[in-house]
Amino acid sequence: MTETLTIGKALNRGLRKAMEDDGKVVLMGEDIGKLGGVFRITDGLQKDFGEARVVDTPLAEAGILGTAVGLAMRGYRPVCEIQFDGFVFPAYNQIVTQVAKIHARSRGKLPMPIVIRIPFGGGIGAVEHHSESPEAYFAHTAGLKVVAVSTPADAYWGIQQAIAAPDPVVFLEPKRRYWEKGEVDTDGTPDPLFGSRVVRGGDDVTVLAYGPMVKTALQAADAAAEEGRSLEVVDLRTLSPLDLDPVYESVRRTGRCVVVHEAPVTLGLGAEIAARVTEHCFHSLEAPVLRVGGYDTPYPPSKMEEDYLPDLDRVLDAVDRSMGF
Amino acid sequence: MTALQQGTTEVVDPVPGAGAPHLPDQPDLVQLLTPEGERVEHPDYRLDISDDELRGLYRDLALVRRWDAEATALQRQGELGIWASLLGQEAAQVGAGRALVDGDMAFPTYREHGVAWTRGVDPLHVMSLFRGVDQGGWDPVARSFNLYTVVIGAQTLHATGYAMGLQRDGAENAALAFLGDGATSQGEVNEAMIWASTFAAPVVFFCQNNQYAISVPIERQSRVPLYQRAAGFGFPGVRVDGNDVLAVLAVTRAALAAAREGSGPTFIEAFTYRMGAHTTSDDPTRYRLAGELEEWKLRDPIARLKAHLSRTGIAGPEFFTAVDAEGDELAARIRKGTVEMPDPAGTEMFDHVFAEQTPELAQQREEFVAYHASFEGEQ
Repeated sequence: MTETLTIGKALNRGLRKAMEDDGKVVLMGEDIGKLGGVFRITDGLQKDFGEARVVDTPLAEAGILGTAVGLAMRGYRPVCEIQFDGFVFPAYNQIVTQVAKIHARSRGKLPMPIVIRIPFGGGIGAVEHHSESPEAYFAHTAGLKVVAVSTPADAYWGIQQAIAAPDPVVFLEPKRRYWEKGEVDTDGTPDPLFGSRVVRGGDDVTVLAYGPMVKTALQAADAAAEEGRSLEVVDLRTLSPLDLDPVYESVRRTGRCVVVHEAPVTLGLGAEIAARVTEHCFHSLEAPVLRVGGYDTPYPPSKMEEDYLPDLDRVLDAVDRSMGF
Repeated sequence: MTALQQGTTEVVDPVPGAGAPHLPDQPDLVQLLTPEGERVEHPDYRLDISDDELRGLYRDLALVRRWDAEATALQRQGELGIWASLLGQEAAQVGAGRALVDGDMAFPTYREHGVAWTRGVDPLHVMSLFRGVDQGGWDPVARSFNLYTVVIGAQTLHATGYAMGLQRDGAENAALAFLGDGATSQGEVNEAMIWASTFAAPVVFFCQNNQYAISVPIERQSRVPLYQRAAGFGFPGVRVDGNDVLAVLAVTRAALAAAREGSGPTFIEAFTYRMGAHTTSDDPTRYRLAGELEEWKLRDPIARLKAHLSRTGIAGPEFFTAVDAEGDELAARIRKGTVEMPDPAGTEMFDHVFAEQTPELAQQREEFVAYHASFEGEQ
């Protein structure tokens, strides 16, 4: 059945399906039960699945992840909600030193099928610590897989795939796009969780984005088309592992590549991608790989965030620079 | 004098190794065997124990100490990278370990060799960790003994989560979380106690207060006796003589039984002393006085049980000679097994990062193999 759902509702439906399919799935987080989460992603789930499976936790993020490790050792599949991106750092120790390493250190005896849901990114006019893009920290950490969804269909299927996956998955949700609508075929066959996707074909410049920036990149492609420029847009979808074969194929055709993310450019995902694209497409490149992202500043107060966040114009500016190189 | 200095003088006795703060009058200390080896009763903690079991506990203590001595020697001879000695804490660990029953799960720090012993872990599987061959070679599921956790206190949350799993499974078992006095200052340990309390999780926090977090004395971690902290979290706290294997066994059994029955967590402070260095890399003469160690030697956990067994006739010289001989055999086996332990293949580091290998990592592994193959045939 094909339905029109928001990303937020698609996540809710995907979580419900995962809980129906596997009795070992346990949701944990702050305010996710009675309230249904501050973004209502878990709305109605505690009522239907009970307090043992949808746990309103004490207000302690390290506690959420640390107890999730113990539950996973006992055969459960914890799905942890971090209320906002900026609040993942108290849990950082457990994620990086424990969740990421336990499978390796136990030589596979202790799988860690834990999903860490994080609403990430800015653009909602929030106070500080509510608009961060922490993906590079996790993509840099061996033992974690990191995905960022951008559409309702990926949200619906991706959350189920992440929960079913045997490894820990940091699941980044584009919070400012929670209310964006799209078609979801709940009977269809989903794309693999770990794979990039060309979402718009083009010939002049390859533009890479993920999460909330996919929409921005597509808007830029529309605007560029009016000026006679043809942008190919790739939704990376998975940040660790990266699936760049389709990107290499694209860049070998276009000769130009622009990477877009909200996170600061310095040592962000774009830096790694630029290095790999350069290594694999060196003889095809007509210009250096360019990066569009946040500045090396703390995420600013909301009245400045439009200046901080990449938008259509900054993407087009990078396209211009690439074309003019 | 500045306000800061005034404040500092009020906080603690800053003299390291001053001795007196470590040996307070302890009316609340649970003890069933005095340092002189005299069996005493406690109104809340009875222990019915057979002679065989008493001899078994002695054997555990003596063999674990022999293993520990051999490991320290092997480190000095360059066969181990480092060793964290349990010298002086044998009773706390053996007593706690022997309180566990089938289906209980233990979550050690990196010093719980005595607990490992009680769980049937092959000492060589501990030695391999300290030799740098692996991160601990035992099967944590089969042995119901988690791998060692080095990040201080992180395992207390794992134990609590595991206990929440036991609750959901309707299992009549408990988790036993080990921690040290220093760990009680960690936020995660406090979170674990909050979670355990609010969910009434079947977990027991077993804190070996060995008086020092490397060099920093307990006074820098807490202004109140550690066991009294439990009241603030809403569950019982007990201070037990950690050098009295009988008292530790009785107190831990009672706490685990309460947890299994749904009465929630207990915090046990096993009051003991790290008679050796923090690890073989440490030098305790820099931060504590020799007299303190001499005083604690009079409380030695093994000597007091030996005195009790001898005085009561439960064991005689032949028994002790036989245990010593068994210890020497064990040490020889550990020595041989350690020095003959093969180095792992470099490719092993790639093999268990994920349950589902990523293409990226598979490629790195291939490149690693090819790189090393490129040297084949070279001198």
